[in-house]
Amino acid sequence: MSQGPKVTLVDSTLRDGSHAKRHQISVEQVVAVSSALDAAGVDVIEVSHGDGLGGASFNYGFALTDEFELIEAAVGAVERAQIAVLLLPGIGVKEDLNRARELGASVVRIATHSTEADIAPSHIALARELGFKTAGFLMMAHMNTPEGLLEQAKIMEEAGAEIVYVTDSAGALTPDAVAARVAALRGGLDAGTEVGIHCHENLSLAIANSLVAVENGARWVDGCTCGLGAGAGNAPTEVLTAVFEKLGIEVNADTFAMLDVADDVVRPIMDRPQLVDRASLILGYAGVYSSFLLHAERAAERFHVSTKDILVEVGKRKAVGGQEDLIIDIAAELAAAQPAPAGA
Amino acid sequence: MSEKVPCAILGSGNIGTDLMYKLQRSQTLEPTAVIGIDPNSDGLRRAEAAGLETSAEGVDWIVANPDKCRFVFEATSAGAHRANAPKIAAAGLQSIDLTPAKLGPGVVPAVNIEEHWEAADVNMITCGGQATIPMVAAVSEVTPVPYAEIVATIASLSAGPGTRESIDAFTRTTAKGLEEIGGAERGKAIIILNPADPPLIMRDTVFCAISPEADRDAIRASIERMRERVATYVPGYRLRGEPQFEEDRVAIFIEVEGAADYLPAYAGNLDIMTAAAVAVGEELAKLRSREQVPA
Repeated sequence: MSQGPKVTLVDSTLRDGSHAKRHQISVEQVVAVSSALDAAGVDVIEVSHGDGLGGASFNYGFALTDEFELIEAAVGAVERAQIAVLLLPGIGVKEDLNRARELGASVVRIATHSTEADIAPSHIALARELGFKTAGFLMMAHMNTPEGLLEQAKIMEEAGAEIVYVTDSAGALTPDAVAARVAALRGGLDAGTEVGIHCHENLSLAIANSLVAVENGARWVDGCTCGLGAGAGNAPTEVLTAVFEKLGIEVNADTFAMLDVADDVVRPIMDRPQLVDRASLILGYAGVYSSFLLHAERAAERFHVSTKDILVEVGKRKAVGGQEDLIIDIAAELAAAQPAPAGA
Repeated sequence: MSEKVPCAILGSGNIGTDLMYKLQRSQTLEPTAVIGIDPNSDGLRRAEAAGLETSAEGVDWIVANPDKCRFVFEATSAGAHRANAPKIAAAGLQSIDLTPAKLGPGVVPAVNIEEHWEAADVNMITCGGQATIPMVAAVSEVTPVPYAEIVATIASLSAGPGTRESIDAFTRTTAKGLEEIGGAERGKAIIILNPADPPLIMRDTVFCAISPEADRDAIRASIERMRERVATYVPGYRLRGEPQFEEDRVAIFIEVEGAADYLPAYAGNLDIMTAAAVAVGEELAKLRSREQVPA
């Protein structure tokens, strides 16, 4: 039997995948995916608008279904798995946490940019009070140094976070950079605080980076089934399960069951395959928040400019997660700077 | 009005000090005193150098010297203002509150100040509210706005501990202002802190849901008129590009560059609060002198 570490597997298909689905997820889809993941042994299933509770908006996209309905459906569809929610202070508010808890969500990730943890303590404290298993989620981890990230992680830990994540929102970290950040957190946080890893596939490194993170002490690992998530997608949960099994890293999820969930349940609801193509690779290369991808594609179409040019410019301006409004602004600027198309 | 109206600033931190420099330029108001609680603060030293009265006795100084000011600019904290407000009112003075205490009605100089000239306490809402509520009001003057949403992006360095500790208060208060003052049926506010170096200038995006049949030219004109009106008291208030219309919405992009009186130019979020507070004081002074002409 396995002798390696035991890892808690978090599947975020119904949260990070919300980006790739333009937040058009139905109750039926949530029931099908969450019950299948539960049966396959996934520990935690995250369900929220892609930008967290309260994310439904002009800026990020309105949702097909109220996210609280989706949370309630997921809670009702599982027997063993815990249902998680995401909240970004500045977008969602504390009332959202109360409501998610009442509906039966029991894990929460409180997310901030990798340098702004001090907007989260009151949300983390409330989450603990409400009885949530509480994680701090340091997004765009490539934009802070390992030492800087540890300082931020300590703010979250002190506020009550039981897990702190290295969140590679842009899929921009290389394995050495993941190792340095995870090792910094593992070495600097209390032994009782777990470290988590959340990877995107923009540089085709999501699985490799997840493994490096586990080697360096991460014990909470995020994936999305079929990789369904923002940008080029996330570490595919079924691949994580298979690779972990081969390496003797213990997970509750069953590899063959996960392959069925992937091919029979999740792939049929995907709008498009998760590809590392010109636009999504640029996210990782230029360090841009992965969920900007579809917004940039839409703006590119509307203003007749290239998605790549928009994303490169977003990267230059050091945009952080949540600044989707900058995309239209930049696209309009790029359009104004280029010669008018013939006949226009 | 021949004589300037005397004002005191309560709070000698960044906001109070920036406010002092702006009040010194006012044609209507005269800063007479800066009152803090720390005798060694840079703000009190600067006030003394500027020839103003200073004290580290806090609100007690105001209570003991009610004849030295008519308006009190509260630039402390929400907690402090809750404690100070009754004392200021009992002394017969009017508070212009820059803290998130929300005791009095929220005011935006370009939109609703005339409704509240008699209030003992007026509140400056939030920086995002001062920047965006005028634009929602501009659109809703022309066409119904069932939903308005704003995204405020500010430089991390300009977000103080007060904002950081109570970021929900920002989103809630701003959203309420979009509804009650901006005229939207429902409002939503989002705030993003960006740590880029060099720091970015405050940016705000305003989305208003509108009917596809709404008169776009009239909306454009109303937005432009409002921009001019706000720019009279916040010179760094600008639109970035043209308003962008889509089927059922209009997006307006705003940038607020600070006047760099005491705070750096990127901190437009702080500048718009102090500049709007001065404009509120000036308007209140005019409205009161008009309404309270001695018999």
